[in-house]
Amino acid sequence: MTPLVVSIAGAVASVVLLLVVFELIRSRRLRERYALLWIATGLVLLGLSAWRGGLNTIAGWVGVTGYPPAVLFAVGSLFILAVLLHYSTVISKLADQNVILAQRLALLEAEVGDGSLDARAPR
Amino acid sequence: MPEVAHAVRVSVDARLAALKRVAILPALNEEGNVGPVIEELRRLDPDLEVVVVDDGSTDGTASVAAQAGAHVLRLPFNLGIGGCVQTGFRYAYEHGFELAVRLDGDGQHDPAELPKILEPVLAGQADIVVGSRFAGTAGYRSSRSRRLGIRLLAWVVSALVRQRVTDTTSGFQAVNRRGIALFAHDYPHDYPEVEATVMVVKHRLRLREVPVTMRERASGRSSITAARSVYYMVKVLLAIFVGIFRRTATPLEDT
Repeated sequence: MTPLVVSIAGAVASVVLLLVVFELIRSRRLRERYALLWIATGLVLLGLSAWRGGLNTIAGWVGVTGYPPAVLFAVGSLFILAVLLHYSTVISKLADQNVILAQRLALLEAEVGDGSLDARAPR
Repeated sequence: MPEVAHAVRVSVDARLAALKRVAILPALNEEGNVGPVIEELRRLDPDLEVVVVDDGSTDGTASVAAQAGAHVLRLPFNLGIGGCVQTGFRYAYEHGFELAVRLDGDGQHDPAELPKILEPVLAGQADIVVGSRFAGTAGYRSSRSRRLGIRLLAWVVSALVRQRVTDTTSGFQAVNRRGIALFAHDYPHDYPEVEATVMVVKHRLRLREVPVTMRERASGRSSITAARSVYYMVKVLLAIFVGIFRRTATPLEDT
């Protein structure tokens, strides 16, 4: 059985995560679409911390016999992986859009006849 | 080839003269090389529009190119060769060009070899023609590791496209309107020639290789180092592998 202290600590950490995410959305520093995975992470970890019998059952399913809170750790890790992977796709999309913008700018500048042809400082 | 006086207009193939045509030169810090290439191209074919895509050069590449009579597209920052070349194809597509040739701005592609590359396109036998350093007897000197890499890629690509391809990294190419349309809409990022070869065949465009001789760089250094070659190799193999599972789309026709 999961020690009670571990369950409480897990629940508190999950609630803190959820509150931070909420505050970031409220202050417009985090868009809702990127917050969804974080909220799911917080809710699932909170659920597994609070529902102690459930954590034990799941630990039994996946063959974790010694220490059920290890499942909490594993689930948390998986969610972090999901968030990171999601960010990689977001970065890829931004990079693609960046290329298109740069190309459009070059084409437009040439059309408008704007922009000097002098050497530029490296960026 | 007989030496022709500069003032004499070289007669251009009638099939070529009928087409709106453009040369695309990607260039990154090539102020020492790009000028002569442009002049040579204009001497060979005065009606050929030369477009230099400046991939964020910090030297005088853009002004040298403009002075030599090229149309210069300046990218605001370095995109890498794929994004750079695609800018040229977008320009060609949007301005209704029917034929595009691509040469490197560093002068290693000899404009005098252009007729060889153009012939299959003009004859309607191919949509894209690639000048290969290895297809014929033409000599090409390169480091051993780099040659090995090129061989390996050639082998992989040949197996995938079920057609013998000897030089998958050659940027010396000619494409017709169909090829321009395809590349304007979809062009691979880095080391694009390898991926583009597979892409072209998957889109059922006809690919042809012709042997060409390439020159040594006139000045400056190639941007490809040994460590980078390995990195590119891994990345390009991944891209090719994933590309096999990508749904093909026929290039958009003109609207």
